[in-house]
Amino acid sequence: MLIKTVLEALHNVKDPEIDTISIVDLGMLEQIVVEGNSVLVKLLPTFMGCPALDIIRKNVETELGKEGIFEKIDVQFIYHPPWTSDRVSETGRIKLKEFGIAPPPKLISETGEWHVDCPFCESTYTTMENLFGPAACRSILYCKSCRNPFEAMKPVSTMM
Amino acid sequence: MTEPVSKMPIDAKVKPALTSLLYQLADDDFILAYRGSEWLGLAPHIEEDVAFSSISQDTMGHAAMFYQLLEDLGEGNVDSLAHARKAAERRNAVLLEVVNGPGHYLSSAQYDWAFAVVRNYFYIQAKKIRLDSLKNSLYQPLAEVALKVNMELYYHLLHWKTWFIQLMQAGGEARTRMEAAIRKVLADFEGVITLGPLAKDMAEHGLIEPEDVLKQRWLLTMKPVFESINLAVSEADLAMKNGNGRIGEHTADLDAALTTLSEVYNINPAASW
Repeated sequence: MLIKTVLEALHNVKDPEIDTISIVDLGMLEQIVVEGNSVLVKLLPTFMGCPALDIIRKNVETELGKEGIFEKIDVQFIYHPPWTSDRVSETGRIKLKEFGIAPPPKLISETGEWHVDCPFCESTYTTMENLFGPAACRSILYCKSCRNPFEAMKPVSTMM
Repeated sequence: MTEPVSKMPIDAKVKPALTSLLYQLADDDFILAYRGSEWLGLAPHIEEDVAFSSISQDTMGHAAMFYQLLEDLGEGNVDSLAHARKAAERRNAVLLEVVNGPGHYLSSAQYDWAFAVVRNYFYIQAKKIRLDSLKNSLYQPLAEVALKVNMELYYHLLHWKTWFIQLMQAGGEARTRMEAAIRKVLADFEGVITLGPLAKDMAEHGLIEPEDVLKQRWLLTMKPVFESINLAVSEADLAMKNGNGRIGEHTADLDAALTTLSEVYNINPAASW
């Protein structure tokens, strides 16, 4: 029961840069451990150098603190299992798109190629402008169809 | 900083080799990420500026993970490991600490892009081979970190390899400058490859494969790339001209870098960030 409350609260913790998507839908949540009146939330960082991690930690503590049922709130970043882009939920994929960011390509073929459609007009007529974007987890693309620049989440897989 | 991941009891016999390996991994990434950050605003074009700073940020994140593993082993806290250690205590390869070129990033920087491309490409390929081996390390926390770091390396390697091949194929001044950079990098690349005096122990304890196996794997991986751009490189070209960083030998470039990068930290080492 308490775990459900915690999970609901975590849905209110959004990515600091993409305020439509929660850390749960991003696939960062690995485990919630409730013992008595203490709670431990285990999260998977998307990219290691991500400066948003400390902000996310603080926001989780604040959000769970609002519940007023826990005396001890711990947030732990763990590396195992590693975060992969297929952890982004279906809801998460829609929310990313609403924000104007193309969700990570679902399948990575054996050649390592991947394809991204425009999040605005759905066109497949897009080009990669820069594999590296404004954040470690995103690339910059351009839609030749509707002529909008856009960002896409990088595919990340343990097969790489 | 992130919390300790998982702690496991460590045999006293294994610990010196393990910490030695972790210091090398952490210090290598830390100083190269710093050198990368000095390029900010100076890269050949704006897209490269975005890409290179993103790669440097990832690399600094990798250093932080390795320092965290050292903290978990009781070596001190992450921030002091990164900022408060003197040059003689550092175990990074000398190649990774040398300046990007003449001048200072704030004024009159005459940085050498060819050197940046070659140093980063050669190093990241060596790092990739090292991390592939570490995925099977008997020290589980290190194996887990290796898996995570490895996924990000895919993009770094792709980036530098593209630059390398394109500039090598460009001919003219680009080719000439790249070849000079290759000579400079290879003259100290043995310092990147070596795992230091405890290399044998590392392999015996199953922490990482033997140094020579990794070296041969690097040469084998690079061979088709070198052949494709008509470049002859042999094992004998790899040297350690400017000292062995694994035993604390460093250049004045490292002292200067440490003074700059720890300036804010040293104002108040007890401050929390």
